[in-house]
Amino acid sequence: MLSRAADAVYWMSRYLERAGNIARFLDVNWHLTLDVQDQYLDQWMPLVVTTGDYKDFQARYQEESKEGCIYFLTADPVNPNSILSCARAARQNAIFVRDILPADMWEAINVLYHQVQHACERPETIQMMPNSFCADVKWRSLTIGGIAWETMSHNEPWRFFRLGALLERADKTSRILDVKYFMLLPSINHVGSTLDYIQWGALLKAVSGFQAFRHDYGRIVPEKVAEFLILDRVFPRSILYCLSQAQSCLHDLTGNNLGRFTTSAERYLGQICSSLSYKTIQDIFDQGLHEFTEELQMKMNRLDTAVFDTFFSLWPGVQQEVVQEQINAGG
Amino acid sequence: MLTALEQNFRNYDPGPYYDEMFESFQRPRPGCRVLLDKLESLSFQEIQAMQAAAKQSFFDQGITFAVYGEGQGSERIIPFDMVPRIIEAREWAALEQGLKQRIYALNLFLDDIYNEQKIIRDKIIPREVIETSAGYNPKCLGLKPPQGVWCHISGTDLIRDQNGIFMVLEDNLRTPSGVSYVLANRQVMKNILPAAFSESRVRPVENYPSLLLDMLYSIAPASDHVPNVALLTPGIYNAAFYEHSYLAQQAGMALVEGADLVMLDGYVHMRTTHGLVRVDVIYRRIDDEFLDPLCFRGDSLLGVPGIMEAYRNSQVAIANAPGTGVADDKVVYSYVPEIIKYYLDEDPVIPNVPTYLCREPGQMHHVLSSLQHFVVKPANESGGYGMLVGPDSSREERENFAARIQQSPRNYIAQPVISLSRSPVIVNDRFEGRHVDLRPYILYGQDIQVVPGLTRVALKENSLVVNSSQGGGSKDTWVLCE
Repeated sequence: MLSRAADAVYWMSRYLERAGNIARFLDVNWHLTLDVQDQYLDQWMPLVVTTGDYKDFQARYQEESKEGCIYFLTADPVNPNSILSCARAARQNAIFVRDILPADMWEAINVLYHQVQHACERPETIQMMPNSFCADVKWRSLTIGGIAWETMSHNEPWRFFRLGALLERADKTSRILDVKYFMLLPSINHVGSTLDYIQWGALLKAVSGFQAFRHDYGRIVPEKVAEFLILDRVFPRSILYCLSQAQSCLHDLTGNNLGRFTTSAERYLGQICSSLSYKTIQDIFDQGLHEFTEELQMKMNRLDTAVFDTFFSLWPGVQQEVVQEQINAGG
Repeated sequence: MLTALEQNFRNYDPGPYYDEMFESFQRPRPGCRVLLDKLESLSFQEIQAMQAAAKQSFFDQGITFAVYGEGQGSERIIPFDMVPRIIEAREWAALEQGLKQRIYALNLFLDDIYNEQKIIRDKIIPREVIETSAGYNPKCLGLKPPQGVWCHISGTDLIRDQNGIFMVLEDNLRTPSGVSYVLANRQVMKNILPAAFSESRVRPVENYPSLLLDMLYSIAPASDHVPNVALLTPGIYNAAFYEHSYLAQQAGMALVEGADLVMLDGYVHMRTTHGLVRVDVIYRRIDDEFLDPLCFRGDSLLGVPGIMEAYRNSQVAIANAPGTGVADDKVVYSYVPEIIKYYLDEDPVIPNVPTYLCREPGQMHHVLSSLQHFVVKPANESGGYGMLVGPDSSREERENFAARIQQSPRNYIAQPVISLSRSPVIVNDRFEGRHVDLRPYILYGQDIQVVPGLTRVALKENSLVVNSSQGGGSKDTWVLCE
């Protein structure tokens, strides 16, 4: 597989996952705010913090309003991580590799982009009713994942697709847990209250984990939620699950057995996984949940760089003069 | 006896043209009856709904081109008209024979021009015509492509005059595009008119990618592995990129840009996640001058430095061979009947459009004396650019054009205005006739294969220019079985 194509599939997948995650977070938050009368809890900024773009928001927006937040996360063309920008970037990468994507998958990505682009022409509608827009994005991104799983050969392009989605998901789960956990902690005082139940339930729903948690853990207790989101071995959005699956993908790509490595990507990811695999949630609380998340983020950034160096770095960026030449050079 | 057409075609007027669907008012051609029955059984609203569904399908599949200057995200489909153009088996058989003859002769011509140049020495074509042609490439002198084939993929533009006679309007032996629309149009038509399609017994076109791949395999240098075939594209900003990616997807070729390729030990390799992998055959969709900066344009960033050297040493095959553009020159075109006669000792099955060469003083004089009756074209342009359509031109335009012709007579040819045949298209709430042409695709590997082509249609009323860059659209082309 071409290095350039691997790069494009990987980023296509990350952007699709990112768009789906933002849609899910927004949707859940919107539903949550319908239930809480307390002004203090009508909070949207934590979502912006979760995406890691708080500085960009502060620089360009006058105030931290609900409308501003929703616009920033959905239709803002300047924010590189808005749903609109993610859909556009996913499609742009898909165009590069349209030859290796199943036609259905390409079409689904293309239609996702056009729907998002169309909806974002009327941001006020999204601001008023983010739920239907978000539900649509979530469904389409799940559909694309399904098409990929069911129709792509499970070969190299598919593994880069999986790798991108899994690393993106691990990143987003860790961020939303970090941000939300401390916001919700004061409500420990009234554990079992309706409000408490709704809010922790919302966090679980934001990662589509409410039912899975209920089934395996029963009562909603903050420590258990953290354990579920970080260390669960079978829930497909827990950090440990995402990273160990990513590790399998990586080793399938290199051909090395688990436990051995020839690339820095395998080494870094192996270190993260083995350290997580033998932790209890108590170990993590002893370190501090926030400190734990920060360390994990740092390690994952190093991993991203290693993935790039290992697989994609042969590809130079496109320069403007090349674009003009491409337009002129053939038919 | 056919019943009268009382529904959507009751007022359709074929006019003074050859109509692809009607012999005369209310008298359909035999091959079109099944289709017409179907179209007459629908209300016009239903037909418009089908047309809208077809458009949406093209849009969803991303068969679009970017429109610059209309804000980000502006994309359009190439206009499509849902009424297919039908060609009967007998007519097609003659076209197929004529196209094979033409491409076979043109290939011999290319091989001769870049090697012995007998046709020049025998004074059939002046040396000066060849050597001043923009597509002539002296760097190709002495080249011996595998199996002697230069033009592996060509698309020949055919038109039909008032009497229904097919003629060749131009040859495209460089990198003809449009075949992906043939395949996409067909897929859409099968969805919207399945019964009429099936009952009309239409020749399939879906085997084009297989034929293409077979042809590319057939020119691979001898080796002990299944050949690795790559399609070399200028990149995603090229207008034909959709077609490049589609053909790569359908034929299972790697889609590569110049920067993906690198020379090693005299062979071409692509950069993959597992290191360098050798490439045996390149279907290139970039023009000659961009192919190899060491050989042609030194400033090109799109090509592969050193690829021509590998090509000369038969370490990689390239389709089409560099240098084929000389045959696309419209002055050379005017010699094709002589070329066929010279190499094959046959008369052309499909005639040329009568062509006047402005480089010949007598002919130029004739052209300039009645410019309003001619279509004047630059010899080395494509896409319908830089033409003068005499009858539609103003006096001022003609005067400007006359000056240009006199300045560089070599670069202009003139042809009488041909009233192209017409085919019904949807115009708002009814059918109206619009002019069409036909571009079949010809593959030349072990043997020559002709694939039913793309019907292009000039959507503007009375317009004779069908190019998509000039507001043209396309139709599915139904070539009927025997």
